[in-house]
Formats: sequence, structure tokens, C-alpha cells
Amino acid sequence: MSNLSVDNLLGIKYLNKSDLNLIFKTSDNFKEIINRKIKKVPSLRDVTIANLFFENSTRTKLSFELAQKRLSADIVNFSSSGSSISKGETLIDTVNNILSMKVDMIVMRHPNPGASVFLSKNVDSCIINAGDGTHEHPTQALLDAYSLIEKIGDLKNRNILIVGDIMHSRVALSNIFAYQKLGANVTVCGPKSLIPKSIESLNVSVETDFRKALKNSDAVNMLRIQNERMSNSYFPSIREYVQQYGLTMSLLNSINKEIIVMHPGPINRGVEITSEVADSDQAIILDQVENGVAIRMAIMYLLAAKLK
Amino acid sequence: MKPKKILNANEISTILHRLSFQLIEDHNLFNDTVLIAIQPRGGLLAKRISNLINKHEINNNLKLGFLDITFFRDDFRRSEKVLKASATEIDFTIENKTVVLVDDVLFTGRSIRAALNAIQSFGRPKAIQLLTLIDRRFSRELPIQPDYCGTQVDSRLNEKVIVNWDENDGEDSVYLYKNKK
Repeated sequence: MSNLSVDNLLGIKYLNKSDLNLIFKTSDNFKEIINRKIKKVPSLRDVTIANLFFENSTRTKLSFELAQKRLSADIVNFSSSGSSISKGETLIDTVNNILSMKVDMIVMRHPNPGASVFLSKNVDSCIINAGDGTHEHPTQALLDAYSLIEKIGDLKNRNILIVGDIMHSRVALSNIFAYQKLGANVTVCGPKSLIPKSIESLNVSVETDFRKALKNSDAVNMLRIQNERMSNSYFPSIREYVQQYGLTMSLLNSINKEIIVMHPGPINRGVEITSEVADSDQAIILDQVENGVAIRMAIMYLLAAKLK
Repeated sequence: MKPKKILNANEISTILHRLSFQLIEDHNLFNDTVLIAIQPRGGLLAKRISNLINKHEINNNLKLGFLDITFFRDDFRRSEKVLKASATEIDFTIENKTVVLVDDVLFTGRSIRAALNAIQSFGRPKAIQLLTLIDRRFSRELPIQPDYCGTQVDSRLNEKVIVNWDENDGEDSVYLYKNKK
């Protein structure tokens, strides 16, 4: 265990278990640092990072930016609105132009699945995937797993439930890969119309009865309904969805077990999760956000070590 | 080639006692002095010294912290391996205190340079001093000298000095290795 086995972070799929453990171990160090009064270290002072956001983001963008600043990296930000993308420039051209200004690392969010893999094959730079369409969101999965381990310890043989819009969620796929690599059993739950047909090929159990699924779980990750990615309607009404798959305090209390509640944000309060649950002690939603900065610092530190 | 033993357990014990008494003499009661060990190799040395001081000091005031300097080093991205960090534990303030940095071997001085930067994240100390068990004189790359020194060793750049501790390695000893990477 010394270096990451990869030169880019494109998805959890490409990482192995010792990569995950190295990232978590390094995050421990950075978590201590971001809780200091002076939260900055000079490690990446000679590294320049471009943040390319072709899709909206609050948390991830801020979290990456803070992580970069805490590491003393130089950063440039780019968002597709107000850029030359609207003039017809291709992704490869845009990125190569940015790289000619001597940028060492690219953090990219893109609405198209596979955009970061495509980019890594076509440009010579270190790419970090900050979410590519419905495909993967590796840093989110890493911070989810890290936060959960912090709370309940080793995930080996633990049962983790992912609920909601499995079909359109990149968090779901990255989460499945991450938890499985750490030895946990993953169950997905939601309306049949939002669960991809081939999901069982990933060795994931499918359960449509939310209460039954909760009973067997140590932790539950509640996903948001990705309205922006839906081309037609997948369930009759929000009200019906909430009745079947919304997490309420009475549902949680009716199960005789302390279940950790996670949410990748942004929360639609009253839809997938009630305010009461989101603000309860069982929820680790804000811990997830805090750990996100430490995880991203660790990833950029470890990848920067491999820059030529 | 066989490594050369520089210090045995008895000699180390004598040196540790001398260093503790020097600290007691200079830092009356340790009200305004703290020990900060540089991770990972300074930790055990600092624990030994603080135990000895606590044995002789009437009020057990001595505070001991551990500082990791990995993210402040100047050789990141210049060596093949990624630098792995250890834990930092400083649960007291160093503002206006005299900080005695503790490390086992002083070589080029670059670790101490990193430690001087790293310590600033925890406040502005009144003064910073340096204690090392081994001073590899003539191999310094920065203008840094110890205030408290166990013993001086003359060595070449391609040699390596290894300090073993009973707690980790089964014996207290210091060896000089030739041509060790």
C-alpha cells in the first residue's frame, strides 16, 4: 500500500480495495487538518487545477474548491453557461485549450455518462470525475463509505440499502461499487420503473417493499428523484411515491434497530425524507458533507503524487 | 557490509537522562514549555524523555504533542513514492509557549524546516528549540542546529543512521548502515 493503482479518478469501478483504504487513511490526516484553526497545508502549491462544470452543482463544486484551497493548489473555474461551448466548441478542444495554459489536473462534471472516461482517452492530463450523467460520482461514494465506516466501523458483511431513483442516479452506481469492494451487501429499493432491469448482474438484491428492506439494513442511503433526467413519468404522483418510499420518523421508529440515514444532497424535504428524519441523530448528512472535503483533499493529494 | 553499532542501550539510557536533566534545568517546572515530537520517528524518544522528566519533576506539568510534517515537506512529487502521513495530536495551545521539537536523527535539516512551518498552524510560540538524539553533522543542507543533542555522528550522505527502540524493535540501539537506500 503506497500509491494509487490509477492515474485518474474516473469511477469506483476502476479502484481496488487497497486504493479505497489508502484514500480513507489519507483522509483521516486531512480531516484532522481541516479541523485546525489554520486549515491549510502547502502540499499542492505547484499544482494548477481546473474545475470544469458542465452541469449545475453546489456541494461538489464548493467542496472541491475548498479542498484545493486547503492544499494550496492554484485553481481556475469554468462553467458551461457563458462559455464558448455555446459557440460550438467540442469538449476535447475546450479541455486542450485549458491544458495549454499549463493546467495539471482537471475536475469535471458533465451531463453525459462516460464523459470523463472519454476525456481521459483523448487528452493528456489527470482527470477527476465529479459526476458524469447517470454513470458515476466516485468522490460522493468515497465520502459516503468513509462517513459510514466512521460511524459503524468495518463494512464487511454489513447490509446497506439504497432507496429511490436507482435508474438515474450516478450516486447509486458508485455507491454499489464502493460498498461491494468493501465487502458489504447492497440492496436497492424503489418503484420497479426506477430500477434498471439488469441491476441484478451487479450482484445487488432488489426489494420493492421499503419496510421489509429497511428491517434488514444497517444503513440506508436515500436518493433524490432526478426530475431533470426524466424524459417521461416513472410513477403516478409524488404523493404516491412519498407514501411508499418516503422515509419518515414513524417508519424508522417502527423498526427495532438503529439504522444510519444518509443522503447525498440536495434534499427534497418531505419527498424522499422528512425534515424530522433529516435533522435527527440517526442522520449523518452533514458529516458526509464535512468528510467530502477531506476525501477530495486525499484524492487530489494522492493523484498529484503521480503527476509527471 | 555489517552495520556499525554507534550506541548501545546503556549509552542511550545515559544520554536520555542527561537530556532530561538539561531540559529540567532550562525549563523550570515546564509551565511555559511543551514538547512536540516529530512523527513518526520522534514519538518514542519524546515519550521516553517526558517519562524521565515526570519522574524527577515535582509538578507533572509537562505537555507532549505529536506533529506530522508530511504535507509540509519540500520533496512531495520529487520522490517516486507518495509520502504517507502519520497522526498529529496536539491538544493544547502553543501560543506564547516555548516549543521543544523532538526528533531522533538530525540529518539535512529539511524535516525540521517542514516542522517549523507546520507548527505555525497551531499558534505563535514564544520560541522553538530542537532536541535530537543523533546529530549527523557535516551533512546539513539548511542552517539548522540542535539546542539539545544526544551525540554527534560523522557520516557520509549515502549512509543511514537507524535508531531502534525497545518498544518497537526489541532493543535500544543506534546503527550506522553503509550504502543503504
